Amino acid sequence: MESINAKYVSQKISKTRWRPVHAAALHQPTCFATGSWDNETNQVCIWGVGETGMACEDDELEGDPQLLCECKHGGDVLDLQFLDQERLITASSTGAVTIYKIHADSQSLSVAHVWDRSHHYQRASAPCTGVVCSSPDVVSVGEDGRVILYKADQRGIKNADSSTIHAVTFLRTTEVLTVNSIGQLKLWDFRQQGNEPAQILSLTGDRVPLHCVDRHPNQQHIVATGGQDGMLCIWDVRQGNMPFSLMEAHSAEMWEVHFHPTNPDHLFTCSEDGSLLHWETSSGLDTPSFLQSRNTSIMSRSAAAPAGGNQSLISAWLNGDSSKGRLETTHMLPSQTLSVNSLDVLGQCLVCGTDGEAVYINRQVPV
Amino acid sequence: MEEVDVEPTTTLIPGVGLRQRHVGFEWGTGDILVYETNFKLQGAGSARSGTPSVHVVRKDEDIYSPILRKLFNESHHIFVGLQNIQEDLPSKNKKPQFVSISKNYRSVIRACMEELQQGAVSAQDTSVIAQYSNQVSILLAIELIWNLCEVLFIDAAPAGVLLLHLLDWVRLHKADVDERAREVLQSESPTHHHAYWEVVISFVLQGRMDEARQVLVKQANLQPASRPIYQLMDSLLQKMPIFNPGGTQTLTEFDVKWRHWHEECDRCLQDNSFASNRHLETICKILVGDEDTMLEHKELLGTWYHFLVSRLLYFHPTVKPSELHYYAQSSMDMFLDFRSAPEPLDSILLAAFEFDIHQVIKDCSIALNNWWFVAHLTDLLDHCKLLQSHNLHFGSNLREFLVLEYASGLFSHHSLWQLAVDYFDHCPEFGRVYLELQLERVPLETERKALKVLRICEQRQMNEQVRSICKIMAKRALSNNRLGSALSWSIRAKDAAFATLISERFLQDYCKRGSFSDLDLIDNLGPAMLLSDRLTFLGKYREFHRLYGEKRFTEAAKLLLSLMTAKIAPRSFWMTLLVDALPLLEQKEVIFSVDQTHELMFCLEELTSDNSDGKPEQSAQDEDIESTKLELLRLALARNLAMAIVKEGTVEA
Repeated sequence: MESINAKYVSQKISKTRWRPVHAAALHQPTCFATGSWDNETNQVCIWGVGETGMACEDDELEGDPQLLCECKHGGDVLDLQFLDQERLITASSTGAVTIYKIHADSQSLSVAHVWDRSHHYQRASAPCTGVVCSSPDVVSVGEDGRVILYKADQRGIKNADSSTIHAVTFLRTTEVLTVNSIGQLKLWDFRQQGNEPAQILSLTGDRVPLHCVDRHPNQQHIVATGGQDGMLCIWDVRQGNMPFSLMEAHSAEMWEVHFHPTNPDHLFTCSEDGSLLHWETSSGLDTPSFLQSRNTSIMSRSAAAPAGGNQSLISAWLNGDSSKGRLETTHMLPSQTLSVNSLDVLGQCLVCGTDGEAVYINRQVPV
Repeated sequence: MEEVDVEPTTTLIPGVGLRQRHVGFEWGTGDILVYETNFKLQGAGSARSGTPSVHVVRKDEDIYSPILRKLFNESHHIFVGLQNIQEDLPSKNKKPQFVSISKNYRSVIRACMEELQQGAVSAQDTSVIAQYSNQVSILLAIELIWNLCEVLFIDAAPAGVLLLHLLDWVRLHKADVDERAREVLQSESPTHHHAYWEVVISFVLQGRMDEARQVLVKQANLQPASRPIYQLMDSLLQKMPIFNPGGTQTLTEFDVKWRHWHEECDRCLQDNSFASNRHLETICKILVGDEDTMLEHKELLGTWYHFLVSRLLYFHPTVKPSELHYYAQSSMDMFLDFRSAPEPLDSILLAAFEFDIHQVIKDCSIALNNWWFVAHLTDLLDHCKLLQSHNLHFGSNLREFLVLEYASGLFSHHSLWQLAVDYFDHCPEFGRVYLELQLERVPLETERKALKVLRICEQRQMNEQVRSICKIMAKRALSNNRLGSALSWSIRAKDAAFATLISERFLQDYCKRGSFSDLDLIDNLGPAMLLSDRLTFLGKYREFHRLYGEKRFTEAAKLLLSLMTAKIAPRSFWMTLLVDALPLLEQKEVIFSVDQTHELMFCLEELTSDNSDGKPEQSAQDEDIESTKLELLRLALARNLAMAIVKEGTVEA
């Protein structure tokens, strides 16, 4: 907790994302982007943290993040993703999807392309709630229940959902997974024609809205979702339509869930209740059974190893023995009252943004 | 009517009142709307009706400063922490906590001030610079007052320690001495610098003996002839006793020692030891507490309260809190010379030295343009149990009144409203009412924002507001033709009437198009289906279609019949249901039993007899279709009855 840096930024932060680093380079990310919401004029900002080529390798933490450049954004930033190192894409409450380009070593930021009113009702525009990209494709979802794939030609699935779609993630190049406000996960295959999802998964009966979804970086069938009741669900999309396990995580809406991109035994969640949790599942066999710092009630279905699958490849998240306490959760932030809206983790660096108009950066995440 | 403490100031609104018109206004949460009415003043010329415009007049423009927003956000955090301090702790343990909270507040103010100063330096626009420096000066005053209140009220230091704290206070707020000293010491020959003696005297006036001695040594080294008197001064400065609160020394012992030192200084003055050097003589006069000498250096003191503290340091270092007000008043009178009237800041500080907390708060409320300071300070003082618990004739008590004012201001801001929620939570009497009224007025642009507001309401069991927000969202979804979304919102609000309305729309759409929309929702209603009769019917009717689609005819038939016999289906829909029964009746296999067929026939008769009563005018064509439907149904029912009788008779036989 000592290694956390806080910076007040005078705008409520709805999204934070690390700028990707070259896969070959081993160094930590030094830039991140934030999007604001609920301001009179909202902004997309690029921030730099330390190590800007300077040779001062002191052990002390480099100071606050510095604002590198900013650009106005029409409407609340409801989602933000980096397309690549130079471009980022935003989802706006005005229904627009915008691509921004970062110029000349983060000195300036400008709009490269806008799809105005991508999401709309018959007359009014509808907020766009999420974007995801898997180069070169981009998919956006919105309150109007549309799923739109942006390619050379834009393809939309109209009335894909009767409710608001809250988040979207790519499973494979042609498949995306969406979560909606009546607690369903829908799998869409863009190779199929028509408006029907390839698969619908849901927690029967509850209809608790789901707010976020993330895919396991290595095993595409493992998916984590978070919902309005703060529950973390792990799903195996190949098996049935029930979640694999359910864990009580937060006491209010879970806004984001992220697997660590390179060490997927670690997972991070943040919530309206003002907390940021670090989940660690140990794949080793003999781990101490101290765990569950919170009352983590775990319901789990018995694990059925995939036929012919290599045992060692079974993800720790689908290890049926989770009830024995293989899962450890840690609070990452000092006590807080206002919502943590977004988080991103890359390497050992974690950044999160809050309604308390603060950005927190931890550059020594134990992963 | 209450007496007003100060005459209200007039705010000129550019563009209003120029055309001799009456001005109308409308209260808002933190601002008012001002407009010109059509009413003309008597004798006014023919005023043209120019472009009508509405002016927004904001009470508190500080809220809109991006840098001050950091102050609001950081102090919110401290405020919440303060409210959560356990009530049952013994007060002895609480005091250090309160002092540290007070220091946290001050450090936030200081951080904000620094940023504003940087902003003023880097800004180009003169109006922005002026605005920044204005805010800096306000924050400076706020911090000065707060620090004094911390020393006097929150820390409540006893005699001896009190002066040490006051010295720290003065040193912190008269920091230009250090800058001057640096300038002097870095010059080529410090001793010949024009400000050399000013620096030495400033150090002495602030009781910074070691630093004064360091500077003095430079002069002594250059003048071997007068070295003895420099050495004498050096030893006087060095010997001055300073009270050490942590040590074993009692206050009386210290007092004795101090008097002894004081007499020694006095002796040096009497025997003219420093007569050869007027600067050293001045210093010696200050050491014996000579007020006239101190007042000769007004520009070094800067303020009357610096004079007060220096005077106490060399005249009465063991001053008790209760004696302060006497020294404060006289110092102010002496310093200000009756020439200039005291400014608001002076009277606020004086009121603090008089331990009149309520006066301090009142004067601050009048003098400052925002509620941030008074609300937070009053809250802290209230936690220290320092405020008399007298009730105001409006609202509940002083603390709550001020916190409510501040929070209402925050709530009027498009983005800071979320902070205000916690402030309202800690106003036991009226906080909830305020919050309820304010929450209903938050504009809801996106569902995410609506969810955040809903969470706030749900955590506080504000069912009325939850219903109203869900209804707003449901209506909006409905007007955008998003039936599924609208239904989800009304289910969340448990709004049966609205759910019925939306179910009607679904059924109408079905009748028009012959297929259901939003199946993903309707198929997964679950227990939510029971919210309204019409919704139940919608869910069950869809279930019938699913069973039919899955070719589970018997179950489908049973469900269809029960929809009518159990009166779940609205009468207006019966015809549709009966027509739906047609294909089942026409199946090769017998699906409806004898009893079921009878019931179907009964339903049909009931419907037709009803219809014949008060039947509205229908076009001949419609009537034709209706009668064909009826004939077809009757035929199918009769045939089915016959088949069923045969079948059931065969089985029994």
